[in-house]
Amino acid sequence: MPQKKLRIGWFTFSCCEDSTIIFTELLNDHWQEWKKLLDIRHARVLQSKNVLDKLDVAFIEGALNSQKQVDMVKEIRSKSKKVVAIGACACTGMPSAQRNTFKPKEAKEIEPLLEKFEFLPKGQKLADVIKVDMNVPGCPMDEKVFLKALDALLKEFKII
Amino acid sequence: MHTVDLSLTKEITKVEGAATLDVKIKAGKVEYCRFGITEYKRFYTQAMRGKLYRGLPALLARICGTCSNAHLLCSIEACEHALGIQPTEQSMIMKHLTMYGLNIRDHALHLYLFALPDMYGKDSFLSFNENDPEQHQILHDAFDIKAAGNYLSIIIAGRSVHAVNPSIGGFLKVPTVDEVKEAIHKLEHIRPAVLRTVERFEKCQYKFDRKTHFMALVNNPFSFLDGEIASDLTDERIQEKDFRNHLEHKVIPYSQASGYEFKGETYMVGALARLNLAKESLHPKTKADLKSTLAKFPSTNIFDNNLAQAIEILHSVDQSIDYLTNTKFQKEALVQPTKKSGIGIGVVEAPRGTLYHKVDIGEDGLVKEGEIVVPTGQNQINIEQDMAKHLQEILPTDPDQETIQLELEKIIRAYDPCMSCASHFLKIKIQKA
Repeated sequence: MPQKKLRIGWFTFSCCEDSTIIFTELLNDHWQEWKKLLDIRHARVLQSKNVLDKLDVAFIEGALNSQKQVDMVKEIRSKSKKVVAIGACACTGMPSAQRNTFKPKEAKEIEPLLEKFEFLPKGQKLADVIKVDMNVPGCPMDEKVFLKALDALLKEFKII
Repeated sequence: MHTVDLSLTKEITKVEGAATLDVKIKAGKVEYCRFGITEYKRFYTQAMRGKLYRGLPALLARICGTCSNAHLLCSIEACEHALGIQPTEQSMIMKHLTMYGLNIRDHALHLYLFALPDMYGKDSFLSFNENDPEQHQILHDAFDIKAAGNYLSIIIAGRSVHAVNPSIGGFLKVPTVDEVKEAIHKLEHIRPAVLRTVERFEKCQYKFDRKTHFMALVNNPFSFLDGEIASDLTDERIQEKDFRNHLEHKVIPYSQASGYEFKGETYMVGALARLNLAKESLHPKTKADLKSTLAKFPSTNIFDNNLAQAIEILHSVDQSIDYLTNTKFQKEALVQPTKKSGIGIGVVEAPRGTLYHKVDIGEDGLVKEGEIVVPTGQNQINIEQDMAKHLQEILPTDPDQETIQLELEKIIRAYDPCMSCASHFLKIKIQKA
């Protein structure tokens, strides 16, 4: 029987993509193992042919700044059995949502840009908008917590 | 005017971050070709105000994941200049090593995971075939090189992303003798793989030639950290502190990022610019092994930016082995400020080009204000012009949408733009009328 694979997507919103970089560094040691176990359906950093269909797990990095981003994570949620928030911005909103705490002078200064590019009034963390099943905190994400989470998911979906 | 929207709206992939590509073709002519960075701003210029200067470098590192250690060192340098801090010789060596570790892993990421799949007609680097001997070697070379760069970053800077050891006035930790030995071993081990990387990109037949200008921080030996700014547009060398005065800021209405010109001309920064302006100062071993390859530079073929990155990996390996072999790392106290306030400028060569940080620190130790100029902003106007010209050149062959997208993406990937730095979401919208 062919090896069953975990259907995953890796998505990035407002952030510095530090956890994506950590993911590509984890590939250095894990690429051979993950090639066998993961069916990467969607990951802009790795491939052009991306599909958003039924996922076992969606890993989502970044804070949310616009209605479009909110709509997109809702779509991802509706198609994924589990959602994992990756890194500080997805887990807490910060630092990407730092504008939420700006003093009046800075808040006024960025107002025209917020309007022009249709920002939401506040930057939001993932759990503000959708149900999150697991958190991998850290800035960038803690590698050990990520590997533990992935291992637990591989077992839960009976891949290993 | 009737325009037909071909509804080609796709994300551009295998780049750091994302932006919008908006192309309009009318009667066989490219009407416009816009590369707009639409990543939502996170307003670091405003966020830095009122913060204690000590925490500033770690905050500004969060501008970008992949270039984080370049932002970190650039901000540290700006703060050190503002407060009259002269780093020790060992600190300077460790800063150099931090930049080398960064460039090894970041260039290898771009070359193998982003650029190489195009050359082999693959969609993803992970789809290379392990059972094919050549592709097997490629897969292993890529991950071995990245891992060695990652290891060097970890033992010197604490982490390869958002490093924790570099601090204003010095490093909080130094590597152990065993760690240094292991790093030298790993770097020596990947050297043949780096030479194969240079060969692979030297064989690449992609060509896009255009007369353009170049700018980079140059020094001898070849450095990502210090020196003077050189350009083919001027015979004078510009000091770091004067760099910003020479740039003209261009507002790009459809982009969340800023564009720049120098002496009224667009220019390119990054590995190709550095090699074109400073190849003579590469490590002697790098020069000896790449004699015929280096004869290609100066080059105006934008795709040689990939080759230039591969060459820079070799220099980074050779120079790092020298530093690691010749330095006995000892714990040092942080150098303390000689004044309480001031304005400081930091300029470094990030993997994608010249990065500028300015900071104004007040008597109370709080940041009054600052400014940041990133490489991708400086390349942005050039990227657009090159895409438009390349598209015009291929239009007579009546390319389909997929070909147009791939050809434009190849140009974009050659520039290796970083949208986290500049700003995420590259969508392509093509209209033909």
